[in-house]
Amino acid sequence: MRWVNVRPNRRNSILLGALPLLLVLVIYLLAAAARHEANPSDKILPTPAAMVAAMHGLLVEPDPLSGRLIFLADTLASLERLGLALGICTLSALLVGMVLGVLPSARASFGGLVTTIAVIPPIALLPILFIVFGLGETAKVALIVVGLAPFLIRDLADHVAALPQEQLIKAQTLGASSWQLALRVALPQALPRLIAGLRLSLGPAWVYLISAEAIASDVGLGYRIFLVRRYLSMDVIIPYVAWISLLAIVMDLALAQLSRRSFAWAHQASR
Amino acid sequence: MSDLLAFNNVWLEYGNKIVLERVDLAIAERSFVSIVGPSGAGKSSFLRLVLGQEAPTRGRILLDGKALTPECGPDRGVVFQRYSVFPHLTALRNVMFGRECANAPFTARLFGAARRAAAEEAEAMLTEVGLGDALDLYPAQLSGGMQQRLAIAQALMARPRVLLLDEPFGALDPGIRRDMHRLILRLWQEHALTILMVTHDITEAFGLGTRVLAFDKRRIDPHAPHRFGATAVYDLLLTRKPPLNAPDLPREVLRLTESVIPNTEDKL
Repeated sequence: MRWVNVRPNRRNSILLGALPLLLVLVIYLLAAAARHEANPSDKILPTPAAMVAAMHGLLVEPDPLSGRLIFLADTLASLERLGLALGICTLSALLVGMVLGVLPSARASFGGLVTTIAVIPPIALLPILFIVFGLGETAKVALIVVGLAPFLIRDLADHVAALPQEQLIKAQTLGASSWQLALRVALPQALPRLIAGLRLSLGPAWVYLISAEAIASDVGLGYRIFLVRRYLSMDVIIPYVAWISLLAIVMDLALAQLSRRSFAWAHQASR
Repeated sequence: MSDLLAFNNVWLEYGNKIVLERVDLAIAERSFVSIVGPSGAGKSSFLRLVLGQEAPTRGRILLDGKALTPECGPDRGVVFQRYSVFPHLTALRNVMFGRECANAPFTARLFGAARRAAAEEAEAMLTEVGLGDALDLYPAQLSGGMQQRLAIAQALMARPRVLLLDEPFGALDPGIRRDMHRLILRLWQEHALTILMVTHDITEAFGLGTRVLAFDKRRIDPHAPHRFGATAVYDLLLTRKPPLNAPDLPREVLRLTESVIPNTEDKL
């Protein structure tokens, strides 16, 4: 049998997918053990026991200054910024993207503006955002919004504009007005695309969040890992990175599930 | 029978390219007009004019004696070869769409008794086209023929004055196509429709139509082929029709077809 025809079944795929992850874990453990054998106070590759000990303090012992549980406070702060930003992005993509996609005259007027904003590297705008909005929450949320919204708006507008002309003509011959066309034909078909766009944007969203937190913040997952970097605290950084990855995976799966549940028609293979 | 649709010296030009020239036609109510012709002879442009997707450069198109607005409206229904149903709506909701737009200008959704009435009407229409068992299926779950049945049902719900078919059966298998021919002839008679159908299939054109229009260019300037437009070069009224349920078209029709449709390649 040819290699291209070897297809693993469902159970084997899960097993095959888990193998490399396990392999990475084993290699890390071996490397950590080797380093600790040479130098028992090694900080670069901490053992799982060291990570548990370091995280224990952050997880259950309140911070003496603020009285908060640090890990929980970091997570909540980061998720709040991310959620707020993604919400604003979703709303603006829906409003602006739909208008641009449905109305050719709006696309002609503002399409160029959106494209121009979309090519500006968001991190380069960070100083401006800090100057304009100060060092508080607004600047961090604004960075994520500036980074994601133009992409989402463009993606949505392009998708709506690319709907088959036949559908729009058909809707009009059935008596649909511009508003009804947008509401009943364009919007429902744009929503699964918006979710797909959001899923793709999650990666950049975390990048902008952690960048903003690293530069000016007093709480947050990104703030913490950049803070403890000064003490070479890999025993905190590695669990935090794993936690961030886990959050990202959960958010991605949740969006995928939402799309499959709410827009089953978009996930059926067309014949 | 009165004239439903009239073309008075209609021209369609794109810049200095003339697509249609001197189209003078009167189409009677309840006729089934087949439109044939080689590619690029303006068949689809002609249909777009009737549909209101484009306005004629010169001349006038009258529907029921009134000038046609150059915008699609519910007085003209259409079925395209593809993409003329909404993929995000079930068959039933697809057919209800027209009613929902008409009765709920802001939400385009009906509730309560109005919704039930629309759903019943849509269900009856779907049963009529043979989709009574597929009410809750999405278009992606339907075969090509079933999707076209759905598109026809959807168009008929708006009770159009003219039904325009743009190669509606072009992508279907021959067997299914024959079923669709029977369906469209039955609907044409039962709903007293006026149908304009563009097709590449000459057998289909003669088999279904009560009138066949062949579009082509009357003259060709070899140095500037774009300067002469196409028009209806043959306008055949078919009075003798094969029976509705004929499994195959008589050979005579084919013979007739070959004699009246000139071989277009000779002219080039």
